[in-house]
Amino acid sequence: MNHRSYRQLALAAAALCLATAAPAQTTKTEGGTIVLGAAVSLTGKYSTNGKNTQDGYNLAVERINEMGGVKVEGKTYKLEVKYYDDESTSARGAQLAERLINQDHVQFVLGPYSSGLTKAIAPVTEKYKIPMVEGNGADRGLFKQGDKYLFAVLNTSDYYLRSAIQLAAQEAKKMGKDPKTMKVAIAIENDDFSQDVRDGVEEDAKKLGMHVVIDDKLPPDINDMSATLAKVKALKPDILVVSGHEKGAVLAVRQVAEQRVYVPMLALTHCDSAQIAEKYRDAAEYAVCGSQWDRHLAYKDKWFGTAEQYAERFQKRFNYEPPYQAAESSAAVLTFADAIQRAGSLDPKKVRDALAKTDLTTFYGPIKFDNTGKNIAKSMVLYQVLNGDYKMVAPTQWAEAKIVYPAPTWDKRMASTASASKR
Amino acid sequence: MSNLALLFDTPALALQLVVDGVLVGAIFALVAYGMALVWGVTNVINVAQGELVMLGGYVVYYLDRYGVSPVFGLPFAAVALYIVGWILYRLAVFRVVNGDLFTSLLATFGLSILLQQLMNQIFGADIRSVQADLGSFFLAGGLVTVAKVKLLAFAMALAVGAGLVLFLKRSRLGQAIRATSQNARAARILGVDTHRVYAATFALNAAICGAAGGLVAMTWIIHPYLGLTYTVRSFMIIVVAGLGNIGTVLASGCGLGVAENAAGFILGTEYETAFVFALLVAILVGRNLVLARQRRYLK
Repeated sequence: MNHRSYRQLALAAAALCLATAAPAQTTKTEGGTIVLGAAVSLTGKYSTNGKNTQDGYNLAVERINEMGGVKVEGKTYKLEVKYYDDESTSARGAQLAERLINQDHVQFVLGPYSSGLTKAIAPVTEKYKIPMVEGNGADRGLFKQGDKYLFAVLNTSDYYLRSAIQLAAQEAKKMGKDPKTMKVAIAIENDDFSQDVRDGVEEDAKKLGMHVVIDDKLPPDINDMSATLAKVKALKPDILVVSGHEKGAVLAVRQVAEQRVYVPMLALTHCDSAQIAEKYRDAAEYAVCGSQWDRHLAYKDKWFGTAEQYAERFQKRFNYEPPYQAAESSAAVLTFADAIQRAGSLDPKKVRDALAKTDLTTFYGPIKFDNTGKNIAKSMVLYQVLNGDYKMVAPTQWAEAKIVYPAPTWDKRMASTASASKR
Repeated sequence: MSNLALLFDTPALALQLVVDGVLVGAIFALVAYGMALVWGVTNVINVAQGELVMLGGYVVYYLDRYGVSPVFGLPFAAVALYIVGWILYRLAVFRVVNGDLFTSLLATFGLSILLQQLMNQIFGADIRSVQADLGSFFLAGGLVTVAKVKLLAFAMALAVGAGLVLFLKRSRLGQAIRATSQNARAARILGVDTHRVYAATFALNAAICGAAGGLVAMTWIIHPYLGLTYTVRSFMIIVVAGLGNIGTVLASGCGLGVAENAAGFILGTEYETAFVFALLVAILVGRNLVLARQRRYLK
């Protein structure tokens, strides 16, 4: 065969491919299945949380299919997720979103893990007018772009630790201390998500008249925060707020204990995914952590039942306790299923409009979007590590324990553990 | 500048910063000395230095999980990394020895990415650390705390450094390494198997990094992406201290530790790295001026 006939053969093959692909494009669902597309971090620095996200999606999809699937115009469809690995990099995420929409002709997109990647994908879904429901991008900036096709089931990151500040002020007031005399130290990583956490803390601290005495930005490659802690020691703030993903939580717990830095309240994020209570026992005791969800919450839905039942089902399927990253991912799938059913159509525009009108209670919490696409119905959960376990201390209507504020000084803690070990 | 005033009000805090800086600086110095050794002998700038540190950390971490105290885990980490270093040399590094600097940078950069992703696949991206549970010493009424684990790390870094110097001075292989670094051709003529020496040097460096990685896992945290920080720090320490003299490497390592801590305290953590790099530029410019003057005298 000469070169020319090769080329002709290739052209013919390409034409054949196009011909077979074309009808798939118009039906966009394959014989009774609705395909959701997701670029998730399966490798790279977010691979742990990426797996949580994927497991969350899978559990919800399996459950919905088990219960018969999604009904649209009298026809039932099974759900299926098409995954790609975004390698934890934004550029790859955006590329894969294009690929999902243009090559795989996916009409509905589930979010990736992290605010950064969601930010990279949102412009793509917006451009092609494909609705995206996400449960792992909490950055406030995401909802300031005027995107019409982006919906988030979780609370934005500025809400992570607002309740910690409020709770500390309440407790101080009870003890006859004016919140205006309270000092706050902030050490928060220099990325969009964490800086949003910081802004929320600062806003609420200002509102209550507290003074922010330290305001450090931790570099992303932080592996030592002893300089910040030396300052904390000197200035004796009432609250120390640290947020820097799992790294920040681990470092704070470890070094605060090691250097015996005393603060009445140590407020963190990502404690449960960093497993601080499990791994650092005494050092982590009394730390307060913001979280999106907890298995002890009293929310219920028709798919999973209660939050606790969801947790049990998840544990049985994947052999680990579901972190909130998995729960919010499952909630994203439920939101899609609900909206598609209500839209009564597989048209992305109609599903988008149905999503905007969502008013749903799930095991994860109530879901209702404002016109920027963020969930305004749900509130954050606050834990405190007590006796080596995470106990919910806020919101107060579901609290399992009363917050211990101020935390005992290190001397007292040492004395109590010493007497406990003697016994 | 209220932070600076704070430092003058409570001088104990300044002591804290210096103590912390010196103690952790010794770990940086250890890694840097390994890098200097490889650079001096094989003319390869090992960009995968930090990844070797990370690997050592994982060895100690896993031994600790199976009940081996981290203190005894360190020698294991060193031996394991010696083997890894040897394999890496035989697989890849030997091709770029004494070659173009750019090629060796590229090759070791590739190695570093490979190791990062491999570790991420095997161990996951979770943050891990070894709890040595040693407690702390308290000075100046609790204002200055010295974590015993840092003290131990410092002592071990010194011990490894001293052992290294003795090894290079006394042992046959050490002498061969020094001879090769001074003049590879002459060493070959005198019967030194330079390729074996290169392999041993690279493996030795990996062993040093392995021990340092164990110390890192004990004092801070490890994860697959921590390598770059240590590579960059080592590079900086060598640029300031030069190749060869372990004393100056140690001094500049500790200096770096103190400078980082002081900058973090006074300017805020966000300027820590920026300040240190600015310092590096200042040192380089200053050095250049001194050297220029010396050159003038030589004319």
